[in-house]
Amino acid sequence: MTAIAWQRRRATASRFWADFRSHRSALVGLGILLFFGLVAVFASVLADPAGLDVTKATAPAHAAPSGDHWLGTDQNGRSVLTLLIHGTRVSLIVGLAATAIAIVIGTVIGIMAGFYGGWARSTLMGLTDWFLVIPFLPLAIVMATVLGASLLNIIIVIGVTSWPGTARLVCAQTLSVRERPYMERARALGGGDWHQMTRHILPNVMPLVLAHVVLTVSVAILSETTLSFLGLGDPTRPSWGYILDNAYGTGAMSNGEWWFVLPPGLCVVAVVLAFTLVGRALEAVLNPRLREGS
Amino acid sequence: MRGYVLKKVGWSIGTLLFVVVFNFFLFRLLPGDPIGLYTRGRNMSPDQLIRLRQQLNRPIGEQFITYLSNPFASTINSTRFNRPVWEIIGERVWPTVLLVGTAVLVAALAGVWLGIRSGWRRGSRFDRVTTGTTNTLYAMPEFWVGMMLIMWLPFFPSGGINSVGVTGFLPTVVDTAWHLVLPVTALAIVYLAEYTSIMRASLVDELRQDYLTLARAKGLREDLVRRRHAVPNALLPTMTLIFLNLGFVIGGAITVEYVFSWPGLGLLTAEALRGPDIPLLQAVFLLFSLGVIVFTLLADLLYAVLDPRVSTQ
Amino acid sequence: MSLLELRDLSVTYAGDVPAVRGVSLSVAPGEVLGVAGESGCGKSTITNAVLRLLPKSATVGGSVLLDGEDVHGMSFGRLRAVRWATASIVFQGALHSLNAVRTIGRQIAEPILLHEPKTSRKAADLRVGELLEQVGLPARRARDYPHQLSGGQRQRVMIALALACRPRLVIADEPTTALDVMVQAQVLQLLSGLVKDLGLALVLISHDLSVLGTTCDRVAVMYAGKVVEEGPASVVFDDSRHPYSGALAGAFPRVGDPRFRYAPAGLAGDPPYPGDLPAGCPFHPRCPVAFDRCSEAEVELLDVGAGRRAACLRAGEAS
Repeated sequence: MTAIAWQRRRATASRFWADFRSHRSALVGLGILLFFGLVAVFASVLADPAGLDVTKATAPAHAAPSGDHWLGTDQNGRSVLTLLIHGTRVSLIVGLAATAIAIVIGTVIGIMAGFYGGWARSTLMGLTDWFLVIPFLPLAIVMATVLGASLLNIIIVIGVTSWPGTARLVCAQTLSVRERPYMERARALGGGDWHQMTRHILPNVMPLVLAHVVLTVSVAILSETTLSFLGLGDPTRPSWGYILDNAYGTGAMSNGEWWFVLPPGLCVVAVVLAFTLVGRALEAVLNPRLREGS
Repeated sequence: MRGYVLKKVGWSIGTLLFVVVFNFFLFRLLPGDPIGLYTRGRNMSPDQLIRLRQQLNRPIGEQFITYLSNPFASTINSTRFNRPVWEIIGERVWPTVLLVGTAVLVAALAGVWLGIRSGWRRGSRFDRVTTGTTNTLYAMPEFWVGMMLIMWLPFFPSGGINSVGVTGFLPTVVDTAWHLVLPVTALAIVYLAEYTSIMRASLVDELRQDYLTLARAKGLREDLVRRRHAVPNALLPTMTLIFLNLGFVIGGAITVEYVFSWPGLGLLTAEALRGPDIPLLQAVFLLFSLGVIVFTLLADLLYAVLDPRVSTQ
Repeated sequence: MSLLELRDLSVTYAGDVPAVRGVSLSVAPGEVLGVAGESGCGKSTITNAVLRLLPKSATVGGSVLLDGEDVHGMSFGRLRAVRWATASIVFQGALHSLNAVRTIGRQIAEPILLHEPKTSRKAADLRVGELLEQVGLPARRARDYPHQLSGGQRQRVMIALALACRPRLVIADEPTTALDVMVQAQVLQLLSGLVKDLGLALVLISHDLSVLGTTCDRVAVMYAGKVVEEGPASVVFDDSRHPYSGALAGAFPRVGDPRFRYAPAGLAGDPPYPGDLPAGCPFHPRCPVAFDRCSEAEVELLDVGAGRRAACLRAGEAS
């Protein structure tokens, strides 16, 4: 890479950051994500993982918040705060890993469909449209039921059910990139399909996909919470949805145990909202047409 | 117009076939012993097991044909209820229609109104507050909203569709409406966020259009410009999207029905999970997919009726 | 007395983009004024300024006098009463200016019912039919939606729409640009006929000088938000005093006119971006006869003969 190219990239990056920074809500979102990211990384430091073990719990069950347990305890006497801290890790891992799967599948299908056009495109996009029709939550439920409950399976289920949106977006972008003059130049210079796709199309499609990725993460985290709430999560790796499942199952609402119900939901809302805000801002910065829109 | 309708109907039929085929293979090709899947957690007589094994040992093509001939009966009874699955589903459809229909109606009316107000004065305080609230509501899992409502509004019934001992037509209707309040609120809050942002975006798209300048040049008051020109145009994509969404909305009702023990398809799905009751799950899944296809088709047809650019071709 | 008078009108869009920079023009009843210039010279901004249709973020200086009354000083109620009833606009791009989900009949009847509230629905429909026939369309097309008409028909609908409330001033913004030559001639004939029959004042905005030359009494040529030459239509293009008008005229050669045989057609370069104008005369970077003083200070309009003005240091040197 030449020095000029690097300089240009640095200039683009700093312009991007300046644009992004002008969206105040996005900075708030970024702050929230940073906070939860740190909690996830240092989960074991913040709260002893032994606190997750039902057999080692010594505190009374369904206890209200106190000095020892800031957010009270669950039906087994485990600290809700400890569960929340370790749940952060699970929710973020599932959200990010599932999104990665969805993005890879979606991008590959989208680029192939857009690049080859014709027969390949109508087949691949037809398939995508079909998958868009299958209602997401029921499909995820069915798959999770059949595969069995484990962290990896949850990731796979959410990943392979979330790609059609990405594929459509990437295909549309690829189509517009393919018509640009430099693509003709790349073809004229003898660039093969692989070269064209990875060196020319992918880098041009990526910025918009980035905004979409961030929005997909928020949906993936919501999906994880829902599946765990329905008892399809990994029981050995408590997530926020798992806490809510336990709260519901032990009648926490009718007993007025707000500390058992409120905090996990607030965590979900905060993280999902943060990803949404960051994603919307990215979209606005990267897609000038939307910028005038709002 | 006729060509458009034929094209859409053709697409729906193609998609229907795909969904049926997908539904069949999803449950056959996933890893694990099919007998195990069909009987997990269930006491079955050796006699039943042998019959089941015979069915599952036939060539997959033959099984597929049998399946195609009657996808809902699925030849195997529900393992949980020990009755044909379509019979169970038939009992559960109406509560879901009542719940989802009410929630969507409420959310659509309120969402369209909010979307118009915030989109028309975009950037205003009202718009910023609405957009902020919408984003937050959108981030809430609907079942959590339901749990919070149960916790904070304990004077409303927290589950079921009717109280025990209520008889007579009118008391039953009133009682059902009373039971509907919380689940409808939980669902409507989340849809409201979606519909508001759809309507707002559609209206903002129209704001830049030249025909609004013409309407103003004619001397129309701003509220007439909005009511007569901007809103009818913006409602076209919104109505279509709301209809399109209806199919997916039913899937979203699963957790809310579960939380409120609302005896609909969503609760049935949650019940089918515990077990799991694979034949029932398969049939419910097929029904949900079918719902999406039907509502997609309806949305396309609605668009054709509402938009003179399609209907007068 | 002139029906429309622009006095030193200036319009600056958000982000400090001056689209119109001190334009003074006037039109009397029964008169056709042509406004010429490339896209981006501020023609359409003037159209919108006359009925105060500019975005709120735009700042307006000078005044727009409609029948002696300043449009930008009116109350909103008075403004709404004046819009379409006193002055109307034939907008550019009929497809997007018409509402796609209402029939054209309803769209034409709308201002009639609004400004003449005593009109019955039936009377309004009758008038819509007359208006459509006036522009050469059968009355039954009132039931059609915009997309069911051809481009030329839509443009005629726009003219019928502009005449709906019998205005005294019509501003036609590129009314013929998207039309083929035959339809173009019909539309122009229609417009000039209306000026004669109804005695209305017409401002015809176009980048096509052949359109302006045949239809207008007087022509103003605009460049970078200013009028650079103004005068009787017959002389401005045949005997231009500003090199820009000369270049515009040269871009539309007439067959058989020996003057065009060797003249270079067209003009190199693009018009400047309004937010970033060159110093001095904004035309000097593209001007074939520019000299050093041209880049020093902006040139004001000067009288250069009977009813003619031009903004060029060399305007005196008749070609």
